[in-house]
Amino acid sequence: MSHSWAIETENLVRIYKVKHKRGDAESAPFKALDGVNSQVGTGELFGLLGPNGAGKTTLIKILTTLLLPTSGTARVDGVDVAANPQEVRRRINMVSGGDTCGYGLLTVEENLWMFTQFYGLDNKTARERIGKMLEIVGLQDKAKSKSYQLSTGQKQKMNFARGFLNDPKILFLDEPTLGLDVQTSRVLRKFVKQWVRERPGRTLLLTTHYMAEADELCDRVAIINQGKILACDTPANLKKRLQGASVFKLHVTPLEQTELFSDLPGVSNFSGHRRNGHTELNFILDDENTLVKILSAVQQSGAHLISLDKHEPTLEDVFIDLVGKSLSEIEEQTGSVS
Amino acid sequence: MILFLRTVLGRAYPRLIGIQREKSWLIFGVFLPLLGVSAYVFIYKALKSPPEFVGFVILGGAMTAYWLNVLWSMATQFYWEKETGNLQLYLMAPTSRMAILMGMAFGGLVSTSIRAAAILIVGSLIFSVHFTVVSWWQLILVFLFTMVALYGLGMLFSSLFLLFGREAWHLSSLLQEPIYFLSGFYFPIKSLGYWVSIGASIVPITLGLDAMRQLVMPSAKWGFLSVDEELGILLVMSIVFVFVAHRALLYMENLARREGRLTIRGQ
Repeated sequence: MSHSWAIETENLVRIYKVKHKRGDAESAPFKALDGVNSQVGTGELFGLLGPNGAGKTTLIKILTTLLLPTSGTARVDGVDVAANPQEVRRRINMVSGGDTCGYGLLTVEENLWMFTQFYGLDNKTARERIGKMLEIVGLQDKAKSKSYQLSTGQKQKMNFARGFLNDPKILFLDEPTLGLDVQTSRVLRKFVKQWVRERPGRTLLLTTHYMAEADELCDRVAIINQGKILACDTPANLKKRLQGASVFKLHVTPLEQTELFSDLPGVSNFSGHRRNGHTELNFILDDENTLVKILSAVQQSGAHLISLDKHEPTLEDVFIDLVGKSLSEIEEQTGSVS
Repeated sequence: MILFLRTVLGRAYPRLIGIQREKSWLIFGVFLPLLGVSAYVFIYKALKSPPEFVGFVILGGAMTAYWLNVLWSMATQFYWEKETGNLQLYLMAPTSRMAILMGMAFGGLVSTSIRAAAILIVGSLIFSVHFTVVSWWQLILVFLFTMVALYGLGMLFSSLFLLFGREAWHLSSLLQEPIYFLSGFYFPIKSLGYWVSIGASIVPITLGLDAMRQLVMPSAKWGFLSVDEELGILLVMSIVFVFVAHRALLYMENLARREGRLTIRGQ
């Protein structure tokens, strides 16, 4: 039945041996993926949402044949990535956000041409696709510029264009808008959506830690944390988990202790962290009346309320509900290991 | 086959175009090596050595360019590719890894040949060296087999260095100077004695250089083995190094995938 899925993983585990500094004989294993089961349907735009270090990039590396799983199986278009990587490679491409590609001495066009040769594209097809992609990412006027002359964002756009040149059946986008300006990110998101819709049979797996990006683009989203998939559904269905709950975001003057809010009766889930010189408190409440107790607790702690916002549940709230912490809170605590 | 050839051409392209666009090679690839060559020429002249020794040095100086290219643009290349993010893109493509290595080798060979030819021509003109070719076909074969074996060795290094990080760079540094000595870049290898010469022959350029010297300076009787013997050994080396490089590449890639070291940067 594996052929019905574009991507399928079963009990996928990846353990890294982390080498310690000299003198430490022991090496502590780090479980980046802990029994991941997932299925992505053909034609789907699937999102993998989680903080840095959640295992998103590890999963993508396995699916793109760059890494072997420690145990479990992963299939792309029905082909086992460990047993038959070359067959998988014919069907895929990947773009990692923040990465660049090629050589500084080559022009943008030449760099992209070089990569088309690794997929066996004839010159005519290659030139056509390069021209089209450069137009989409807004680099057509830089086609003849040497890539060392490009800004970081432009290099990223060039790398983004590269990922589509072989017209892959399954495309992996790993944080594709990382570090890009708002306008460019918007253009690329629009193109990604269009690419999947206009090409039946094409599948796209997107990893991101931008909740709004996942919400806007994806047919289904899997929330991953510490190597485990915690939930997987459409963004709307995920948000329905919080139906009936009240979601509040408070900004208060800096607070040292925020744990007291978790214990308040009526608080279903809570996360708090410092942001831009104040403390952000996110509450999911079973009962809206609990807000009075929260405001009172804020006052007693000596902090002052700056703003209060009630909103419809977002994927961020779903994440807090599942993990007990906000995504940015986890990233602050763990740093970034992918 | 078409994919293989396109890959070779695609990967060779940056090297072929690089020599046109980065003219600094004229200084670093020709002028500076000529200074090094000149130093040895003047030593031999001061010692009143046979005039053929000047030819030995100039030929050795030209061949040095290939050794440096193999060390720094083949062996360590995957380390640089990993750091720049290109390696994962190469390995994710459905093409042969050997085609990528061959592209690197072909591009390197062509661009280095231009440098080597410049050293040879300018050096010969400055120091009035006259080469007399005994047999063109043997000379061409020796050069071809030497290059295939040498770049095969470079591909083998490249495969082995796939796993390494910065260590690859140190290993190349470690190999650079001793080979200048052991391969007899500036003197006839025979003077090192039979067993040392045999040991040094593991690097194809040792026998290649010795055979070429015999073929272009027949008056000098400093050959280590006969040209035919050296040609035969170089042929065997060509086959063995390319084959072993292929096997090593498969093995090391699989190991790197298992250990997760294909894409780790800043090691």
